[in-house]
Amino acid sequence: MATIELRNVRKRFGAHEVIHGIDLAIADREFVAFVGPSGSGKSTLLRMIAGLEEVSEGEVRIDGQPAQNVPPAKRGLAMVFQSYALYPHMTVAENMSFSLRLAGAPKHERDEKVRAVARILDMEALLDRKPRALSGGQLQRVALGRAMVRQPKAFLLDEPLSNLDAALQAQMRLELVRLHRELKTTMIYVTHDQVEAMTMADRIVVLSEGRVEQVASPLELYQSPATLFVAGFIGAPKMNFLQVRVRDAGPARLTVNLPNGAALAVPVPDASLAAGDRLTLGIRPEHVSLGAGELEGEIQALEHLGPRTYLHARLADSGGLVVQTAGDTAIREGDRVPFRICAEACHLFDTAGQRLRRPALAGSRL
Amino acid sequence: MRTTRWSRLALAAVGWAAALIIFFPILWMFLTSFKTEITAVATPPAVLFRPTLENYAAVLRRADYVQFALNSVVVSLGATLLALALAIPAAYAMAFFPTRRTKDILLWMLSTRMLPAVGVLVPIYLLWRTFGLLDTRIGLVLIDSVSVLPIVVWMLFSYFREVPPQILEASRMDGASQREELLFVLLPLSTPGIAATALLSIILCWNEAFWSLNLTTVKAATLTAFTASFADPEGLFWAKLSAASTLAIAPVLIFGWVSQRQLVRGLSFGAVK
Repeated sequence: MATIELRNVRKRFGAHEVIHGIDLAIADREFVAFVGPSGSGKSTLLRMIAGLEEVSEGEVRIDGQPAQNVPPAKRGLAMVFQSYALYPHMTVAENMSFSLRLAGAPKHERDEKVRAVARILDMEALLDRKPRALSGGQLQRVALGRAMVRQPKAFLLDEPLSNLDAALQAQMRLELVRLHRELKTTMIYVTHDQVEAMTMADRIVVLSEGRVEQVASPLELYQSPATLFVAGFIGAPKMNFLQVRVRDAGPARLTVNLPNGAALAVPVPDASLAAGDRLTLGIRPEHVSLGAGELEGEIQALEHLGPRTYLHARLADSGGLVVQTAGDTAIREGDRVPFRICAEACHLFDTAGQRLRRPALAGSRL
Repeated sequence: MRTTRWSRLALAAVGWAAALIIFFPILWMFLTSFKTEITAVATPPAVLFRPTLENYAAVLRRADYVQFALNSVVVSLGATLLALALAIPAAYAMAFFPTRRTKDILLWMLSTRMLPAVGVLVPIYLLWRTFGLLDTRIGLVLIDSVSVLPIVVWMLFSYFREVPPQILEASRMDGASQREELLFVLLPLSTPGIAATALLSIILCWNEAFWSLNLTTVKAATLTAFTASFADPEGLFWAKLSAASTLAIAPVLIFGWVSQRQLVRGLSFGAVK
């Protein structure tokens, strides 16, 4: 049960600043994911919350109390490491009860707690084994169990699933969500995998190069990315980007020229733009449809996923476009196909990568 | 590397040759200790001879072997323990909290080994005299532990570097203080490395002669001093010296033999993991 607050947190290694002033408030019992590519600072941020990394500037508050001078051991947080970092010389039970042993809990209490957690994680049979006799999935469970035994104020999870195979990952994702619901504890989850973030988190913090790009719920991130970076990072396959120029900035609509010269009226009113300004237009694969429209391209590859198919097309101006279509499409490689862009679903980004505001999405089907 | 039958044979031959070259002086010393003083200096050297225990009897009559051996045991164990006690925290700090100067400090420590001990003999002697440490076991423990310290720090440093830092961080998150982290996590994980380091340090201290000869006379003298006392400027002494040497190295030889599995495992700890 903990709130965690970051106030203008900065991290420098020597003269090199890697975290550039982050403000963030995490509510009690919230499941927050830090997501971003490698080098975005997400792990560093987590380690600063844990106390394993010093905060160069700014403040970390746990439950409203400044935590700078509190050592990791005293913060009441538990961490699950990417490498699991189990104690190789101890059995599973000893690994799990180590924190209780350090806290001076009597043996029967330790055994009881370990057994209770082992039951939740369905690993009572493993308690007497050493870590080297366990599989990846089992190691993962033990690492989680070790964190749970402490009944921490919050869980910090650093890419805990990245060493597991895909099937196990999917299973553990569901299990983590279930655990979060049952334990009623704050969780911070670091990942580079946007699918993990999207499927588990209440809120996602998208980081890039030590800065927060956007903090929002998974759907909000998907539907209204605040920056070009978020638009490109969230969603698979990626959002399509087209370089466009403003033709006419009207009071209700902005008309832009697509690369091939075709005009498209997008419902984004912006008076500050003038004809000829450069913009980036973003459109998700599911918002481009087949049929006479603004674009035409040659199909270069098809990805059949069963319920749907992704068409990879090359446009006349040699840019690429990914289009989602039905699973049983008759289109073949090499076909020339016309596309229609759903103007209501377009996102426009200025040259600084910021999204142009659009009218309220109330009742929008996007 | 491709190992054909011939290259394997050649490697084996080189290995055996090296082992024989290293072992031969010890074997010769061992044989000489059973010769009479006359056969010991015979040219050509006598390979076949009638063995005698006369030298051992003479050596044991002339000096109190047990006293010297006891000093050797106390000094080499004491110096090793003291060196470990100093080196473990130092290596821990350098392996897990390195700064820009860590590499320099390590090199500087090693560089002290390059100074010939005799270079500091006079100041050390005067210091030891002032503090009443001459001819005391504690005095020898102090100087021996300082002289093995650089090697001990280096070895521990490289073993500690093999321990994933996340494991220590995990213990910190689990609530371990620095002392508990060291005691319950790092030390158990590096036991083979610490054992190998301790063994090497014991052997180095056991064979240390310079300080033992210069800082002790009777009470705290070790087996190296005992051995040296059988060398005379004139007369025949080879057989007796060999007997004394054999007695001096026997304990550490047996000790090394018994612990060689540990020693080899520890020394190749990083390589095979």
